[in-house]
Order: sequence, then C-alpha cells, then structure tokens
Amino acid sequence: MTMPRFAAGDDPGASFPDLLRKLGIDPFPSMSGAVVEANLRGGGSDNAIPHATTCLALTYDRGVVMAGDRRATMGNIISTRSVEKVVPADDLSGVAIAGTAGLAMEMIKLFQLQLEYYEKVEGQALSLEGKANQLSMMVRSNMPAAMQGLGVVPLFAGYDPLVSRGRLWDFDITGGRYEERDFVAVGSGSMLASTVLRVGWRKNLSRDAAIELAARALWEASDTDTATGGPDILRGIYPIVASIDANGWSRVSDESLASTYEAIMREVRSR
Amino acid sequence: MSMPFYVSPEQMMKDRADYARKGIARGRSLVALQTPSCIVIVAENPSTTLRKVSEIYDRIAFAGVGKYNEFDQLRVAGVRAAELRGYQYSRNDVDARSLANQYAQVLGDVFSTSGPKPLEVELLVAEVGDTQEHDRLFHILYDGTLLDERRFSVLGGDAEGISKRLESTYRDDLDLATAIKVAVSALTGPERIVAADDLEIATLVRNGRRRSFSRISDEAVAAALR
Repeated sequence: MTMPRFAAGDDPGASFPDLLRKLGIDPFPSMSGAVVEANLRGGGSDNAIPHATTCLALTYDRGVVMAGDRRATMGNIISTRSVEKVVPADDLSGVAIAGTAGLAMEMIKLFQLQLEYYEKVEGQALSLEGKANQLSMMVRSNMPAAMQGLGVVPLFAGYDPLVSRGRLWDFDITGGRYEERDFVAVGSGSMLASTVLRVGWRKNLSRDAAIELAARALWEASDTDTATGGPDILRGIYPIVASIDANGWSRVSDESLASTYEAIMREVRSR
Repeated sequence: MSMPFYVSPEQMMKDRADYARKGIARGRSLVALQTPSCIVIVAENPSTTLRKVSEIYDRIAFAGVGKYNEFDQLRVAGVRAAELRGYQYSRNDVDARSLANQYAQVLGDVFSTSGPKPLEVELLVAEVGDTQEHDRLFHILYDGTLLDERRFSVLGGDAEGISKRLESTYRDDLDLATAIKVAVSALTGPERIVAADDLEIATLVRNGRRRSFSRISDEAVAAALR
C-alpha cells in the first residue's frame, strides 16, 4: 500500500468517505438487482436479510440516555440475540441504528471513523450539530439501497458542551434530520416505546429515573412487537442502556439492569 | 542551441542535501524519550495552533521538524494511510514500521527523482508498546534514510549537541516530570531558558486504552519544570 497524496485542488480534506471514493472504494455501493431479488424472494422485504429494531433516546437533567434491544430478525426468525445497536460515536455522543443490520453496522463503523478522522486531520473535534449533519449525509448516501428496501434509520444523541445539555436527533431514510426536544424512538417497536416515553417523561429526570423509563419502554415494546427483544434472563442478555453527560459515555451494567427488570416484572405480576 | 551545464550526480546530491539540511536547521529541534509509563515527545514551538506533534492512530504519534507546510501534509497523508489500513483490515494491523517505510519512500522519491527540490523535513513515527522493549521510534531523514532508534530520538538542526547532552542525562526509568525536565534541558543547553508556553509536549501513554495520545497542558509543563 502506498501513501495517499493529492494535489492541492484535488484533496478530499477531512472527509473519510470522500477519501475512499477518491481511491475507488465506494462506502455505500448501490445494491445489485440480485441482492434485492434475494431479499424480496422470501415474500417480503424483511425476510432474507437481518434487521435490527427498536432503539430510543431521552434527555435527563445532565444529558441523554440511549437504549436499544439486542435482537436482530430475519422475518419470523431471530438471527442474532446479542447484537449491539447502541454504541458510542465518540467521547460525548452515541449512535443507535434500526434497519438493515449489515448496512447499519457498516454505517456506524464509518461514522465513528469519520468523527475521529476529522478530529485528527483538523486538530479539533466537530461540534455536536456538525456530527449530526455528517450522519445525515451518510444516511442520504445510502438512499439507493434504502429505495430497494434496505433502509437504515439512525438515532443520534450526545452532550453538547456549547449549550451544556443533552441533545438528540432522529433521521429518515432520505437523510432528513430532525432534532427532538425530549425523547425519540425508532424501529419496529417505536410506536409502543414512544408511548411509554410520552407518558413517563418529565423535565429534569434523574439518571436513574431515565434509565428505568428507558428499560420500561423497551419492555412494553417487546411485549407486543415480536421483532423487539426483551430481557433474556435465560442467557443473561439485557438491552444496552447508556447515559452520556459532560463526563462522557457510561454504559449501565447488566447486573444493574437485571435488578431494574426484576422490579418491572414484580410490578407487572402484581397488576 | 544552448548546452545544459553538466553537473555530476555526486555534486547534485550534495547540493540537494545541503539545501534540505539548511532548511531543517532554521527551525527548532525536538526530542522523544522512552519512559516506563509512556513515550514523551518534547518540541520547542511557540505556536499553540500549528502543531509539530500529533496523533496518527491509536498507539502511533507523528512529529516533524523543518518546514511546517511540508511536514503537515505528510502528517495528513500518514493519518490517511493508517485509517485506510484500519478500515480495510483491522485496527491491529496498523503499525509504525509500515508507516515509517511509506514515509521513507515518499521522502526518498522526492529527494532523488520526482521533486524540483527536496522536502525540508525530518520526521518521527513513534509507537507505544505493552512494554518499553516493544516501543518503536522511527526517525526518517529528508533523503528517505530510515533509522530505528532506541531510548531516545532527536530531530532537527542541532541533533548532535542535543544527543550528546541526553547521553549523559537520560535513564530508562525516568518518571514523566523528570523526563520532561531532562528533555527540555537537553533541548535548550545550559545557557538558554525556555518558557512552558513555548513548549509543545505530548505523550503516548502505556495504559491499555485504545487512544493513547494525549497533550500535556502548559500548566502541567510549568509544574514539571519547577
């Protein structure tokens, strides 16, 4: 491999996807007809390729809490029980993705890489809004695949040091970027989860209360939506729940989530 | 018809080398030291925005002396080469040796064939390992000469004098504050004093975290020099 060097007018700057394109690597290749046909052959666009589902984010007094279940499905089959669709994007932000799992994972990887690449090339990190904008451009680049049924719908949240609070965004498959004020959910169980959030959300929730609300929202989503996984007590697999504040990303431990879900189950049994 | 002057290859190489050496000697030098806790890189640099030392990848740092615009372009090229390799293969497949070889190739190529003038830069590619023995300090000269150095590395015009001073003061068990003191006194010599905000100091910390590069603030530098 030789070192990539460019003339002044031809330099791709601080954009990693542009660098890849310059070198003839397309990070978002358009899907060939065969792939799409294989996807559709099962009788619906969801059947042959793994899909990741419900993710949510909500603000609390010091930042944001993000959460996502662990299930990926191919039609009526569970393809993975322990997928991680909520991951840190960098020190002060996180990204969660619903949609076609393979493309989503690739997009997360490219997004994380782009944030760090920008920081190194430019010598300073992007603003939180700049990061959200970058993600929106990546989703738009994926539109040809989305139009063929392989959509990716991310959710982006983080702590913004410029305004000293948590902020969150959701996106549509065309790259549309919408800043939400309080909470948001995406994926197949999003209607169920966001109803729980809407009922339970208050201004200035504590971190613990926000984590409990996120866990409950995923519980209710998994209770009705088969594509959303609940807490898998048999195997000890719990949803990913994490908070982001001025000190950065901190994931809630499985032990702590186990006791949160224990309390929720006790409450459900006593109904 | 005009006849081109004949210049012997020896003379041409010597002229090019002199040109590059003069350009490099105009700037200030820098040193890198291996310590038990980190690799520390100390540069004299009055600017707080135009950096001489920067992060390339998880465990790899870059430092340059000479002409800023030339080594900064090489820095960005190094970030690109490293990120591309990590993207196409794995983060574990990015190493300093391969990067240093690529730099040597570029510098050697510009020096001997493709460039109208040689690049007036000297580069350091440093990689922190699990233990001090696994650290790497690659020093690349303006003509593409690649040196694999141990214990410490000195770049810049006055490398000889600084190395001589370091030979007598460097030990491989220095803590960070002492290492900074040793590096600064080697850089300045006995006569000169340099203020903390005219120093740019960064470390590659041996702590097992993914990104090991960190800059040391002027206050911390001043405290170490006190």
